[in-house]
Amino acid sequence: MAAETPVRTLIAPAEMTRRTGRFLYRFVLVATLTGFTIAFVFPLYWMTTGAVKSSSELADPNPTLFPESWHPESYTEAWTNVGLGQFFLNTLVLALGAWLTQILVDVSAAYALSKLRPLLGNVVLGMMLATLMLPVSALLVPTYLTVVDVPLLHVNLINTPFAIWLPAAANAFNIFILKRFFDQIPAELLDSARIDGAGTLRVLVSVVLPLSRPVLAVVSIFAVVGVWKDFLWPMLVLPDEAKQPITVALNRLSEFMPANQLLAGMVMASIPLLVLFLIFQRHIIAGLTAGSLKG
Amino acid sequence: MPPSAPRPPAGARTGARAGNSRLRRAVRENLVAYLFLAAGVLCFALFSWYPIVRGVLLGFQQVTFAEPARWVGLDNFRRLFEDPLFLTAWQNTGHFTLLALVFGFAAPFATAVVLNELRHGRPYLRMTVYLPVMLPPIVTMLLWRWFYDPGPGLFNSALEVFHLPAQQWLESENLAMVSLVLVSTWANMGTTTLIYLAALGGIPGELYEAAELDGASIRQRLWHVTIPQMRFILMITLLLQVIGTMQVFVEPFVLTGGGPDDATVTVLLLLYRYAFVYNDFGLASAMSTLLFVVLGLFSVVYLRLTRSKG
Repeated sequence: MAAETPVRTLIAPAEMTRRTGRFLYRFVLVATLTGFTIAFVFPLYWMTTGAVKSSSELADPNPTLFPESWHPESYTEAWTNVGLGQFFLNTLVLALGAWLTQILVDVSAAYALSKLRPLLGNVVLGMMLATLMLPVSALLVPTYLTVVDVPLLHVNLINTPFAIWLPAAANAFNIFILKRFFDQIPAELLDSARIDGAGTLRVLVSVVLPLSRPVLAVVSIFAVVGVWKDFLWPMLVLPDEAKQPITVALNRLSEFMPANQLLAGMVMASIPLLVLFLIFQRHIIAGLTAGSLKG
Repeated sequence: MPPSAPRPPAGARTGARAGNSRLRRAVRENLVAYLFLAAGVLCFALFSWYPIVRGVLLGFQQVTFAEPARWVGLDNFRRLFEDPLFLTAWQNTGHFTLLALVFGFAAPFATAVVLNELRHGRPYLRMTVYLPVMLPPIVTMLLWRWFYDPGPGLFNSALEVFHLPAQQWLESENLAMVSLVLVSTWANMGTTTLIYLAALGGIPGELYEAAELDGASIRQRLWHVTIPQMRFILMITLLLQVIGTMQVFVEPFVLTGGGPDDATVTVLLLLYRYAFVYNDFGLASAMSTLLFVVLGLFSVVYLRLTRSKG
């Protein structure tokens, strides 16, 4: 790992190069590296290898650092016999659908608010942003009752993926960061596209969206991650066991499944997000700091 | 900014006709704009704005699936206060929030300050501290339930290596809440750490240089430069953390189910039971209204206090 370009921080470069400074620095560095590895990487190692241990090895009160005997079949058993494969695919459908709905709904809303600027647009935006102030749990019961019987339409969304997708689209944070990004796109660019004969939708698709790749990446990642991690809401609105995502299924089955298969299921539920993180680290961290308010 | 006025067409139209077409064009542009906005507004109306209003009303109603909602005034609130678990739940939640502040506020700040000083391995450390955030919370809880297991659990095995007595992590009334806070801190500190790290990177180096010239020690620089510079972000994360931890649910739901002896029944766990175990949506809504009022009051008081100090 290469050293980063030094920027003046709390500790002066001179203090670092003194003998005690160098010693202390090395000590802290080694302590942090081992501490972090034990605290944050080791549990993942423990989970992944636990899944390939035999049941008797798992139940032994003296844990083994390396599996004595390898049983990778617990992964395939969990996938097929317990049916985690189905639950995994359910999650995939829920996450991709939520991603698509959020992109379609929130991008077009942000485009309207940023570039088309309808009358009362700022009022609508304000009402959307106001929902960010509300604790999520305050809306749990009324939103659930709304999903059971959608007003005006009188349809019941329980056990349908729409119960996940549609509430997810009402995402003020997405609209806010999308709008803020669209605001930076110069109006001249849009005007010149208009002069070339592009309609409103065409301007969005061929001018605005290609310029917005970074913010679209952030919104997409957070959409998928959010639905993938969710537990309480899908547990409430998808009581039909065959339709549940893997998070809900794992909790329900955790009492009955053999320990190694449960661990295998936990690994499966985590892998997509961990892979996503390893690929899109930069975008995720950028999104984090975009979300935090800057003073 | 006002909506951009449509430009008059390049032709030589004048007078009333021009005014008329300008109006028509403005109407059309607004129509198009609202067409793009429609899906968003509809989603918000159905799943956000309407539930907000309804949530407040529900607190004063008796709701069953069988018959239409009936107004019962303050009856739900009276029943809440009569429930002996109500006070326990608030106490437990307060306990959790306080403990979570002690761990969850100090740990990410210290971590970020240390990471910001390190010249090696920072990408690795930044990545590892965020790994737990990417795990689905249910996986984190099941994983820690296994670590806490009194039999083959990792924690008691580790204690045994150091000849320390085994602990009843989740089964002891004194320790259960601490165990929940530990998981919660482990799972969530990555986010705050990275936010702090970004903020630390924005502190101008000259401030440290100037303090150093004035003879300030490292500790004094931390106290007089770093912390004041981070004041705003620290204030906001404290506020958000209190609001977040007051709504703790998954930890007690999966790890303890509220036990032992109701020691980890939290406000949201009780709310969940009211609504989805007893199907008493009115009672649950009264509870969420109270939670909302408490959190709102806290935010207002907190912002007042911190603003008047600055």
